[in-house]
Amino acid sequence: MKSRVLLGPVLSLLLAFLVGAAFLTMAGLNPLRAYAAILEGPFGSWWGISETVVKATPLILTSLAVLLPARMQLWNIGAEGQLHLGAIGATWVALFFPFRERPFGMIPVMIVVGFIAGALWAGIPGVLRAYLNVNEVITTLMLNYVALLWVDYLIYGPWKDPTSLGFPLTPTFPGSARFPAIPGTRIHLGLLLGLSAVLAVSLILERTRWGFEIRVIGDNPSAARYAGMNLARNILLTMVVAGGLAGLAGVGEVAAIQGRLQRGISPGYGYTAILVAWLARLNPWAAVLVSFLLGGLLLGGDSLQIALGVPVSVVYLLQGLIFFFVLGGDALMRLRGVVK
Amino acid sequence: MVGITKRFPGVVANDHVHFEVRRGEIHALLGENGAGKTTLMKILYGFYRPDEGEIYLEGRRVLFRSPRDAIAHGIGMVFQHFMLVPSLTVMENLLLGMDSCPFVLRQDLARKIEDLSRRYGLRVDPGAKVWQLSVGEQQRVEVLKLLFRDARILILDEPTSVLTPLEVRDLFATLRQLAAEGRSIVLITHKLDEVMDLADRITVLRAGRVVGTVERAKATKQDLARMMVGRETFLQADREPVPSGPVVLEVEGLGARNDRGLLALRGVSFEVRAGEIFGISGVAGNGQRELGEVITGLRPATSGRVRLLGQDVTNAPPREIFRRGVSCIPEDRMGMGVAPGLSVVHNLLLKRYNVPPYCRGPLLDFAAVRALADQLIAQFDILVPDRNLPVRHLSGGNLQRLLLAREVHLSPRLIVAFHPTRGLDVAAAEATHRILLEQRKAGTAILLISEDLDEILALSDRIAVMYGGEIVGILPREAADVEEIALMMAGERRPRVAQAVPV
Repeated sequence: MKSRVLLGPVLSLLLAFLVGAAFLTMAGLNPLRAYAAILEGPFGSWWGISETVVKATPLILTSLAVLLPARMQLWNIGAEGQLHLGAIGATWVALFFPFRERPFGMIPVMIVVGFIAGALWAGIPGVLRAYLNVNEVITTLMLNYVALLWVDYLIYGPWKDPTSLGFPLTPTFPGSARFPAIPGTRIHLGLLLGLSAVLAVSLILERTRWGFEIRVIGDNPSAARYAGMNLARNILLTMVVAGGLAGLAGVGEVAAIQGRLQRGISPGYGYTAILVAWLARLNPWAAVLVSFLLGGLLLGGDSLQIALGVPVSVVYLLQGLIFFFVLGGDALMRLRGVVK
Repeated sequence: MVGITKRFPGVVANDHVHFEVRRGEIHALLGENGAGKTTLMKILYGFYRPDEGEIYLEGRRVLFRSPRDAIAHGIGMVFQHFMLVPSLTVMENLLLGMDSCPFVLRQDLARKIEDLSRRYGLRVDPGAKVWQLSVGEQQRVEVLKLLFRDARILILDEPTSVLTPLEVRDLFATLRQLAAEGRSIVLITHKLDEVMDLADRITVLRAGRVVGTVERAKATKQDLARMMVGRETFLQADREPVPSGPVVLEVEGLGARNDRGLLALRGVSFEVRAGEIFGISGVAGNGQRELGEVITGLRPATSGRVRLLGQDVTNAPPREIFRRGVSCIPEDRMGMGVAPGLSVVHNLLLKRYNVPPYCRGPLLDFAAVRALADQLIAQFDILVPDRNLPVRHLSGGNLQRLLLAREVHLSPRLIVAFHPTRGLDVAAAEATHRILLEQRKAGTAILLISEDLDEILALSDRIAVMYGGEIVGILPREAADVEEIALMMAGERRPRVAQAVPV
């Protein structure tokens, strides 16, 4: 039973790399060398491994933001936007919070504010879905663009560093607003946040009344209604918590990695998170594992670019192929049940 | 169609059915929900293949592999849920599935459609997109689609359920005209009025078998109602006299709308006492479902009151009504009663996960939950290899036992049971009846909603008959007479109301 659950994702990974190899050959590259470079980057050195962890950190948090609502058949495509809102929230605290000088005094506040900012952002589609039955796929996706533009507005406008020579950046955060990291690496507090969130989400789903409601609603909304569960409240609550988790990912990116708000704080973590959640079959612990794998793949793209001069898009191509085969495999499995 | 048998997992949908249609006749296929009407016609349309039996068309045996074969033989079907592509125009929808003409001459086509729609009174704009059309218009497109393919046998599945009375009149006029031209029409329905209005001959199905085929001229509505709902011999259940207790449920002047916003309940009043089974019978779609849903809090009442043990619970949320001791055995067991993908344990917990001892604060207590599950599984003979099995894999009888276990073990004050034995085999049906009678003996008030008159007669202390959203009569069981009930079900109103006798 267990092994059959794993078969799908592993097979789709293999197929994706196989088809990817065909594309690489067509582009005149040796696929084996390319894949070696992709593996070399993230797993070839201690530094590489630590950087894989750095990339996996936001993926863990954003994939939770996708899989928690997905457990009740809500499709949150907006983790990317919620991540950026979290980053905005944390930056606001870092730049304008009065107790700037107290060591570590700001970090808890940044975490809380970042969570709330992401939560409110996801609350918009949540309210629309819960009370007006507006499709959340569309609204969450659209709000991603709004969130990115909002970041642009802040870094080009009111929050721009006057000493940045016109570059769109905020000033650097004070030391008291930087996440602590493991010395010699960039692995930061966000990993701890992510793993605690995984623990919390899996406990919620398995052990609590709320998790029970989420699973019943996801399985059969009519039965949930008949059992007296409040669907609207659950939709809203789940979206808000999901948005908050994605917001935490954004806090980590500005408070640990960049130390300021700027463009490109996320190479699409919120979208990769959808893939992570699906490959993990909506299981929070599996999502940790998949986050490391796909985090490694993202990093591998960088080393591919350096080693072979191939654009990073190869990695996105592979991601797309993996997604294609995962979804295709699922559809085929369902079809087999019907045809038989 | 000769000796048609079709089995689905756990049910025999058609059991050696013999059915014939003559050229130029309108033939009504009458029966309750689940009687096998639609299955039979889907077999004729090539949608299903029969497990046994043969189909003859004008004397020649035919084998349909798919609807495409049936269409090629001049058979067409309008499904209850229309098979149109909403984003395409009427004309494009008519062309779908026609592979004979690769090049399309728009003018010719438009003219042909206009011809057809004028000739048969099927007004519709060929250029309109289907999503812009009303349901009535969409149905006209479906009928046009059949005529466009020159179908000789037209099957319509519950065509009037989505129409306004005026549209029904127009549709019937069209159907009469088509029949007069020598086309054959099969009308699937459970509405007696329509049958009497339109059909030439009527075949009644019950539980997958043909009860009989009659000429309209020689049939009365009561005959048909009786054929639909039951044999004339009573199903016997072991029923001891139980003195009825105080009033548990009191319904007064209740009104409610159905899913399409039409008034489905028009001032329903009755009361049910402790230790009494109050049966509600009637032909499907006369407001029984809405009544049960309003009482359990799943559907808002637009007027009237529901009182439980003297307290007003009108439009209270479902959980509040459940908390006050109302259990419910839903109509659609898999679709509503359970979460099919979750385990037996989880489903037994479905209504109790938020009360101690099964939860402590926000956490669930799994030891208590498992103990509850094991106890119920043993007590109600639920046959499962593993309590963690998803209930999707349970048979109908076991699923019903699971539901009964969940709903009954709390000693409710009132049980609302919708069609509690529909689709069950005899053993499972008997087990269900036994549990309900035990509850009655324990002093629970039971509201039994069923389209199966045998079941109603076997279990009920008093029997109410619903027609058109109203209760047309309440009879004590002793005075219940199948003829009279059939008459009431057919809408020949003869109000008679019997009060429960307080002891």
